[in-house]
Amino acid sequence: MLLANGFAQAASTARQSETAPELHLKATGVERRFARDGGELHALGPVELALRRGEFFSIIGPSGCGKSSLLDVLAGLAAPSAGGVIFEDEPVKAGATPDGIGMVFQEDASFPWLSVADNVGFGLRRQGVPAREVSERVTRALGITGLGDFASAYPAQLSGGMRQRVCIARTLVTRPRLILLDEPFGALDAQTRLIMGEQLLQLWRETGATVLLVTHALDEAAMLSDRIGVMSARPGRILDVIATGWPRERDSGVAASKRFGDITAQLWGRLRAESLKALGV
Amino acid sequence: MPMRASLLRHAIVLGALAAVELGCRAGLISAQLLPAPSAIAMALYGLLASGALAADIATTSRNIALASVIAVTGGIALGVAIHAVPRLRRALDPFLASYYAVPFFVFYPVFIVLFGMGDAPIVAMGALFGIVAMIIAALNGLDRVPHALLKTARLYRMGPLATALRITLPSAAPHLMTGVKLAITYCFIAVIAAEFILSSSGLGYSIAYAFNNFETLRMYAIVLLILAVSITLNGVLRAIEQAALRRRGL
Repeated sequence: MLLANGFAQAASTARQSETAPELHLKATGVERRFARDGGELHALGPVELALRRGEFFSIIGPSGCGKSSLLDVLAGLAAPSAGGVIFEDEPVKAGATPDGIGMVFQEDASFPWLSVADNVGFGLRRQGVPAREVSERVTRALGITGLGDFASAYPAQLSGGMRQRVCIARTLVTRPRLILLDEPFGALDAQTRLIMGEQLLQLWRETGATVLLVTHALDEAAMLSDRIGVMSARPGRILDVIATGWPRERDSGVAASKRFGDITAQLWGRLRAESLKALGV
Repeated sequence: MPMRASLLRHAIVLGALAAVELGCRAGLISAQLLPAPSAIAMALYGLLASGALAADIATTSRNIALASVIAVTGGIALGVAIHAVPRLRRALDPFLASYYAVPFFVFYPVFIVLFGMGDAPIVAMGALFGIVAMIIAALNGLDRVPHALLKTARLYRMGPLATALRITLPSAAPHLMTGVKLAITYCFIAVIAAEFILSSSGLGYSIAYAFNNFETLRMYAIVLLILAVSITLNGVLRAIEQAALRRRGL
């Protein structure tokens, strides 16, 4: 196995938590409002959300419901207009992303002026990790994300899916305990997305991290998650949380089961009315 | 195809040169009007070998270098500052867009009044002519820094200075390089032109002096020198630009 020390440590914490689910992140009454045209746009909330340590949670919702906006608040990239977020018993402050949180965006965020290895090591060097340890951890992260042969390549020489893996590796290498994924496969084609989803499941199992995935793809949410939160049209609130009941060892094969069809149908049943609202129909 | 295009390009230049050379030698073109290209090249060699132009070359090089440094550093600094204040940006945009539509050199008396005689007004004209190209390129580059990269900087809790040095400037580097190339070229043009009209030394002045004294061969020799230097300089800057892009796998 490719299990590295840090990842293994995190994994063992996760296994302990399987016996007694432990609260990892809690959002209470989170709202976002923006001033617009003299009036006010109520973009999000109030959102109530509780993530258990080590679980794979997906948020699905109609476009424009404030999913990305919510992630920004959870990561401390933006301040909520009301409410608050607690991560590992500490409040998350805007402008001060906690060390234990990593985030991958939908858009390509790789640095075109750095090689793949330097991209992946960027966060570690910022933290002042010694050069030798940086290179060891980078090599390991490149290995798990299947980028081992591309360490010295530049992002422009890679495909979109590989660039997104560079961003995932850059996030994993700092050993986050909570990984926020903002539609990371949104710009990729359907087959690549399926493969990336499987790889994500594998990484989730190996690192033992808590994963929060924001997506607009029903099948992606149904296949990958332990639990799925369905969001309403703007201002987005979490309407419902659906548990999939998948075993921890799972892959895209679950898509062939009857349960998968039931979950997808249940999600769509909840989402259809909200999507129509979002479209203004 | 590119191979044939470059062959054709060389053929056009060499053909034109050969035609002029033949025209001169056959007496179709008066030597007072245009000496034979071979004679111009020989005259330039003579001027360079004798050191007769050394002082002028030194003056002009110094003026261009100074003007370029001011235009590039000032242009990047002003570009960053203007970019940081959107309202200022909107106010200045029309001026920046129409800057090169103004016949800049009509202001030369103003420069003499402000900076006196000597090299100062020449460097000032060069710098002011080049700086706006650099500002526009810097703004262009800063506009195109992907939002996701700036978000990544915030995720790593990078302050304004670290973000500028490690994210914004590297991301905008290809545009900045284009700006540097343009700014240096504009400084070159403005310094030579300013030396024509308000100087008593430098290569631009030497051309004007030779022209006024009917030293046709000397005049063309210096023109050839300036052409050769500007083409070489542009080639070098282009090569640096291409190498920077190749480094990014483009």
